[in-house]
Amino acid sequence: MALKAADLKPGDKYVSVIVENLSRTQIVQYAGASGDYNPLHTDEVFATQAAGYPTVFAHGMLTMGMTGRLLTDYVGDARLTRYGGRFTSQVWPGDTLTATATVDEVRDDDGRRIVDLTVRTVNQDGTEVFSGYASALVD
Amino acid sequence: MAAKRFPVEAGHIMMFARSVGDPNPVYYDQDQARASEAGGIIAPPTFVQASAQFDPDYGLRPKVGQPWFGSAKEPSGARRERPASGGSGGGGGGGGGGGTGLHAEQHYEYHRPLRAGDVLTPTTKPGKTWEKEGRRAGKLVFSESITEYRDQSGELVVTARGIGVRTERVVES
Repeated sequence: MALKAADLKPGDKYVSVIVENLSRTQIVQYAGASGDYNPLHTDEVFATQAAGYPTVFAHGMLTMGMTGRLLTDYVGDARLTRYGGRFTSQVWPGDTLTATATVDEVRDDDGRRIVDLTVRTVNQDGTEVFSGYASALVD
Repeated sequence: MAAKRFPVEAGHIMMFARSVGDPNPVYYDQDQARASEAGGIIAPPTFVQASAQFDPDYGLRPKVGQPWFGSAKEPSGARRERPASGGSGGGGGGGGGGGTGLHAEQHYEYHRPLRAGDVLTPTTKPGKTWEKEGRRAGKLVFSESITEYRDQSGELVVTARGIGVRTERVVES
């Protein structure tokens, strides 16, 4: 169900745990679906011994994809008009991520009602891993 | 080079939605999707990134008869070949490159919902390039690429802007 403009006010928050204890297999599952098989994400031996990382890490786009679920759960299907952001820290196997969408404003755009959101995803230590924004059509 | 043609298929959408942990039936159940406001199966917000699957030259996928830089007998395959476009050939990413190339930012504008059955033609053009001195990673080189995804009638569906960064040193957090 879509959001109603009249029910929204700046500062409203929608919060959800988007992944608990992220598995290496889910990272591989994302590699298979997206087509990005970079061994930094899929190959523990390469990531540790050849590239010098402590273990494999998640694609930034996996974090953005999981955060996208929070947005569509909140604003409804087929409602987003824009979504973007920066990958601010790496996401590792075992991480638990919590995403938050905060209402900035509801505005008119050429007769359409649009909600602007600030989007932020943090890990279990409170470290920000994704910092972004989204806008969506509301009723 | 990017994909010439990106057919948006229902099975691919289902697998992609599963991989990002999204059980919404609008991504796999035809009947429920038809009855919903979306009116049919649609793609999740970041799905166009999977256009990499249809890019014949995408550097971050093993290819038949070509060496792969991941581990096998050795921790890394012989002669690491840097993906020509830093791995940006996929979804207008500009990022996800191997070795010291990482995806820094991704931005999407949605002009209409992307639906199963659409056939997209991506067009990628390079954007800005700039440098910055990083605290932990040494010199950082950022590069932007912009991809327009047009449908079978030439209508713009999604505009993607990706920013990739190449670092001098490995960054662990």
